[in-house]
Amino acid sequence: MEYAFEGRAKRTTFILMGIGLLSIILGFFGGDHAGNRVWTSIFISGFFFFGVGLTGTFFLALQYAAESGWPTVLKRIFEGVAAYLPIGAITLLVVFAVASAHLMDFHLYHWMDHDLYDPASPKYDEIIAHKEPYLNLPFWWIRTLAYLGLYVWFTMLFRKRSLMEDGVIEDPKRYYNKNKTLAAIFLVIFGYTSVTASWDWVMSIDTHWFSTIFGWYIFSGMWISGLVMMTLLVIYLRSKGLMEFVNESHMHDMGKWVFAISFLWTYLFFCQFMLYWYSDIPEEVMYFQARINDYSWLFWGTFLINFIFPMLLLMSKDAKRNPGFLVFVGVIIFFGHWMDVFMIITPGVMKDHGTIGLVEIGTFLGFLGLFLHVVLNALSKRSLLAKGHPMLEESLHHHIN
Amino acid sequence: MSKAIYALYNDDEVMVDGAKSILSKNIRIKDVYSPFPVHGLENILGIKWTRLAITAFLYGLTALALALIGLWFFMIKDWPMNIGGKPNNFLYQNLPAFIPITFEFTVLCAAHGMAITYLIRNRTLPGMKARNPHPRTTDDHFCIEIDRAENAGMSDDEIRTVLQETNPVEIFEK
Repeated sequence: MEYAFEGRAKRTTFILMGIGLLSIILGFFGGDHAGNRVWTSIFISGFFFFGVGLTGTFFLALQYAAESGWPTVLKRIFEGVAAYLPIGAITLLVVFAVASAHLMDFHLYHWMDHDLYDPASPKYDEIIAHKEPYLNLPFWWIRTLAYLGLYVWFTMLFRKRSLMEDGVIEDPKRYYNKNKTLAAIFLVIFGYTSVTASWDWVMSIDTHWFSTIFGWYIFSGMWISGLVMMTLLVIYLRSKGLMEFVNESHMHDMGKWVFAISFLWTYLFFCQFMLYWYSDIPEEVMYFQARINDYSWLFWGTFLINFIFPMLLLMSKDAKRNPGFLVFVGVIIFFGHWMDVFMIITPGVMKDHGTIGLVEIGTFLGFLGLFLHVVLNALSKRSLLAKGHPMLEESLHHHIN
Repeated sequence: MSKAIYALYNDDEVMVDGAKSILSKNIRIKDVYSPFPVHGLENILGIKWTRLAITAFLYGLTALALALIGLWFFMIKDWPMNIGGKPNNFLYQNLPAFIPITFEFTVLCAAHGMAITYLIRNRTLPGMKARNPHPRTTDDHFCIEIDRAENAGMSDDEIRTVLQETNPVEIFEK
């Protein structure tokens, strides 16, 4: 049951991190807009993997609040993914600090330009000036620190109590019930903050534009990426012969989650697009215009890839139980959702200069290496089976058709 | 002579154990009647996986095509509709407006087609004659059906002896 993080796996994560570091350093010598491009690509990958880690905590809380028994054998995987959250929070903080100080030619948030709020300045922007009570630097930083602090704090609390469960044999339900209360509180907080955080961190890049469904759209993208990552980790550990207690029914259920949340994401993507397309009001469609005019392949490509692959390939029961299918679809849509984050963030920062080149791919690989290093390291610290969980027996005998 | 012998049980676990012991004596079970799905029974009886999902997919595909053809005819060909002043020479130009109705129609047809197929396949459409051997199999009893023709090598008494050992409430013929 114990996973040892060493040898080839450890070397691979270091190589990936090396590639990432190299492409970031070389990226700064990339001529015009080099600093902006490199920092944007750090923000894209940093935010994407932060979302994957956050899904770990969210999904864990969801299982506690729903009192679901089946995923108990997978619980350590959810916790392992969530272990990336503190590192992910630090990366975001570094990016935000650089963006706030406008260092290295990095202008992530248009509204952070003070002249926009000054009526005497030629750059004065009435629409943005009206948003000042919400979009101003001190309040934005307070919110950011609050979100990150809350997420990391809840993650650590879940982990601590989950490990306590392991030690206590007589009364494991006590910690379980405590975690259940915690999960309910977390889900309420997460429900609000995931929406406002996506406004603050992502939507405010395109400062003039707003969308009420945006928070869910970002959240569903995170959720599906996180689910794919968890499924792939389980398949990897099973292939090592370490998670024999995970049976086909558990894989089938994870496959169903990937299938279902892919549809949720597609639904929200299309909802957001269709309403703006239909009404065709200039101040509303500029977000789509920036993407469809300059990034049309990326815009429609992400939508179709992330919709069609899971829909057609994961529809049947046999496919959901087949690790080969899950890995194939999983790898494609994992990268597909990274491209989605790229498509959301880049046009607002880089205008039409954005490309998916060596810098972006390299940074993605670097963050993948960092993520896997932290997560696999966390998984190797404890037994892969949550022994003290009161619903363990139910989960071990999980059987569905 | 009647076609089949039936054993009636008042508990699903007794019935599952009974089915296992009947099969171990090389007697073939034709069917089992139960008021609710019994977990794991399909594996014991060796029932093949349903193809209902495939029919649902085909119904959905048909509906998708029908909806798009219909919308193209109504909104583009027969009477071109002005949707927000957008060009409407081809279907794809107004496609986003047609997606919700296409989606709804696909779901409608897949769901209804699947439900009707299920009822026809089980011969349980409204008005059809009930085929369960005992009325209580729709309430709280479970019934194992053993077809005489399938077990031609066994005498009546042998089958009855095996059934009796599985603690049924009642054994009857029909």
